[in-house]
Amino acid sequence: MDDRLVIGGRDITSRLFIGTGKFPANRMMPDVIKNSKAQVITVALRRVDFDSDEENMLNYIPKECILMPNTSGARNAEEAVRIAKLARAAGCGNFIKIEVISDNRYLLPDNRETIKATKILVKEGFVVLPYMNPDLMDAKRLRDAGAAAVMPLGAPIGTNKGLKTRELVKILIDEIDIPVIVDAGIGKPSHACEAMELGAAAVLVNTAIATAGDPVVMAAAFAKAVEAGRKAFLSGTGAVRDYAEASSPLTGFLGA
Amino acid sequence: MLIVLNGKETQIRDGMTLADFIRDKGLEPDRIVVEHNRQIPEKEDWGRVVLKERDRLEVLRFVGGG
Repeated sequence: MDDRLVIGGRDITSRLFIGTGKFPANRMMPDVIKNSKAQVITVALRRVDFDSDEENMLNYIPKECILMPNTSGARNAEEAVRIAKLARAAGCGNFIKIEVISDNRYLLPDNRETIKATKILVKEGFVVLPYMNPDLMDAKRLRDAGAAAVMPLGAPIGTNKGLKTRELVKILIDEIDIPVIVDAGIGKPSHACEAMELGAAAVLVNTAIATAGDPVVMAAAFAKAVEAGRKAFLSGTGAVRDYAEASSPLTGFLGA
Repeated sequence: MLIVLNGKETQIRDGMTLADFIRDKGLEPDRIVVEHNRQIPEKEDWGRVVLKERDRLEVLRFVGGG
């Protein structure tokens, strides 16, 4: 089946995107990435700490991956644009995940500032994937601003609660003609599968893999769940009924 | 002389270029990114950027993130 996902002119080989935060050790990243089959990998940009001998995450990400730096730490559009430009200057491509957050308790994204940053960065030639609250009008504004996808949250970042925004995400999928990627909140493979069955173009998972008992095995579990959910969506799921409908024929029973 | 490096006042030698500074710190240029007084100099120009008193330098690298 021809089932391509094209973002920013790139054929995306896996509908599972993964984040690299919170893993017990950076050295497990190559195995996690391999098992997840993910191609799009998120990273964050931070100050070098000159007092400690720290590792660079780039050392653990295979060259063939598409790096998607996020703008975490940005509290408004201006800061997001500044971080995005710095990330691109590192020479790792032009994909950017816009993340503008000023709420420290729930880490909910600021759609208004996100739209503002998207407009600016698209004009600067970035492939912009904004993290957003699943609001239809804002998703349309992001699309009109030239976003390559929209990334509504399933639940607040790092909560592992699953697709709590299901109805709203479904509306975005139905109404928006750019890829809808469920980002944040996905806590286990069944959640990822649910998002894919709903018709999400992809999911972005970090905490659920990073904080699993065995992140390398969990990465493989997510890969299977995303693939299963996508196939189910493409196949078209059967109707839901209130009463039973026998699966076996109701004729030709044995006589008494 | 003093520069402001990642938000902290830091003593460096007079007349250093950005390239000298990065080399002295033992950083690999292709793994980091630098903002110099709110501008992002091209890596190939780092050798021509001479650091001056009170310059603001941000030196960043990629870390794990979601």
